[in-house]
Amino acid sequence: MAVLQAGGGVRRYYNINGWLFVAPALGLIGVFMVYPILWSLWMSFQTGKGLTTKFGGFANIIRLWNDPVFIKALSNTTIFFVIQVPIMLFLALIVAAALNNPKLWGRSFFRTAIFLPCVTSLVAYSVLFKSMFAADGVVNGALQALHIISSPIPWLTDPFWAKVLIIIAITWRWTGYNMIFYLSAMQNIDKSIYEAARIDGISARGRFLYITIPMLKPVILFTMVTSTIGTLQLFDEVYNFTEGKGGPSNETLTLSLYIYNLTFKFMPSFGYAATVSYVIVVMVALLAFLQFYATRERD
Amino acid sequence: MLSDRTTALLSSIATYLLLGFVSFLSVFPFLWMAIGATNTSIDVINGKPTFGSALMTNITGFFTQVDVPLVFWNTAKIAIVSTILTLAISSLAGYGFEMFRSRVRERIYQFMLLTLFIPFAALMIPLFIIMGRAGLINTHIAVMLPVIASAFMIFYFRQSTKAFPSELRDAAKVDGLKEWQIFLFIYVPVMRSTYAAAFIIVFMLSWNNYLWPLIVLQSNDTKTITLVISSLASAYYPDYGVVLVGTVIATLPTLLVFFLMQKQFVQGMLGSVK
Repeated sequence: MAVLQAGGGVRRYYNINGWLFVAPALGLIGVFMVYPILWSLWMSFQTGKGLTTKFGGFANIIRLWNDPVFIKALSNTTIFFVIQVPIMLFLALIVAAALNNPKLWGRSFFRTAIFLPCVTSLVAYSVLFKSMFAADGVVNGALQALHIISSPIPWLTDPFWAKVLIIIAITWRWTGYNMIFYLSAMQNIDKSIYEAARIDGISARGRFLYITIPMLKPVILFTMVTSTIGTLQLFDEVYNFTEGKGGPSNETLTLSLYIYNLTFKFMPSFGYAATVSYVIVVMVALLAFLQFYATRERD
Repeated sequence: MLSDRTTALLSSIATYLLLGFVSFLSVFPFLWMAIGATNTSIDVINGKPTFGSALMTNITGFFTQVDVPLVFWNTAKIAIVSTILTLAISSLAGYGFEMFRSRVRERIYQFMLLTLFIPFAALMIPLFIIMGRAGLINTHIAVMLPVIASAFMIFYFRQSTKAFPSELRDAAKVDGLKEWQIFLFIYVPVMRSTYAAAFIIVFMLSWNNYLWPLIVLQSNDTKTITLVISSLASAYYPDYGVVLVGTVIATLPTLLVFFLMQKQFVQGMLGSVK
């Protein structure tokens, strides 16, 4: 009996301590994460401008379908994500594979150089890129000097090239970041596996495809999910390339920028903006699920 | 048919070409930033690739258009305070979740990890209204509050806690230390490299934060460095020489931290996936 009571006491002591350690974090997450996300779900069923709102049911969702600006923002965001994420991750993987050679001369120099873009703030590098990609700027100058193009590319004013610029910029900023994840995972792979494969006469390419890539699967999944979430929330670059307009004529408008404009630029329509924000929530959830599903372990 | 040696040579040439090219592209914008800061706005826009003589003019221009000490103070204050609070609260939680396991808390932890998938865009409108009602718009507290409890950092500290030797904790218990004493006097010192790595990452995220400060900081005397640079660059005719001086000033602290503490920097980034 005494033992049981002591046991209960220990368990209670253990449990109280457990709650005390996590309580501050849970409190803050509750107030600044869980409560707002539920509130914006509720908001997305409200219509009206400013502070006079009323319950509108699915009115906002119907409004989405008939809103050409939303469709534009959705398709731009999708284009950025579908094209940029695979290019960047592929590049990061190749660079990591090249760097994963202990005998490589100047290895730490290359690694540091390629990682360097990660230390810049999104605003600083956006502004920097805007100056480099000006019509008569250094990039067009170099491309013309190398005879790759004959006339300057209108990076900031042409619908197509404005998108290309954004893809180039994000790829510059994040390739090194993802490369570091791959490189570290490659260095954790047991060398004896490669040795055994080499003795069995499997080529370097075969070893990369059938050992490295499968062993990297969890990390590739991680980078896919984080890059997807990042690209779907694209804001800083577009805002700073286009003075907050998403131009030329909404060609680089993203969902996050549209939400910002709906809320803080015009007479705020909180309800509709919240509905657009839930489009991002649903896309993130769906794509993360798809990526987990596609890379799941098959028996 | 190529001999093995020739193939090896060709593939190593290809490797160096690739790495050299990617490294050049990665580093060139930094060089361009330094060059541009010494040139006039016209020269920057016209892509003049050599150092100029306008550096002093640009620096003077930046210091007259921007209250640099105040902006620096605002940015540093927000970054340091929110980093210290983030580390304290997240490490307490990471330690608590790992050391005192229960079925309920395990469920809560898993639920909490789901919040990593919530895009900030879906939080910003309610957060803005909350801050407005609390009268916190235009205050630095409003910038800090939503970032302090970070599910990512809690995850990071929980993962790192798995490497904390439990003998240390048992010995401390035998010596009669209370749980908070074990945390404060044993866990924190033992895990200092984990804290160092986390500090760098959180500090950098805060230093570079943009969207949320853009929403809540509306008057000039509360603004941070990213907001100032952004507004200088969005002028109708931005003075790019001055703007690039600003980007150099904004980038130097994080660049410095990176070069001084590269190991912890990388460890902090990777820590969470190991």
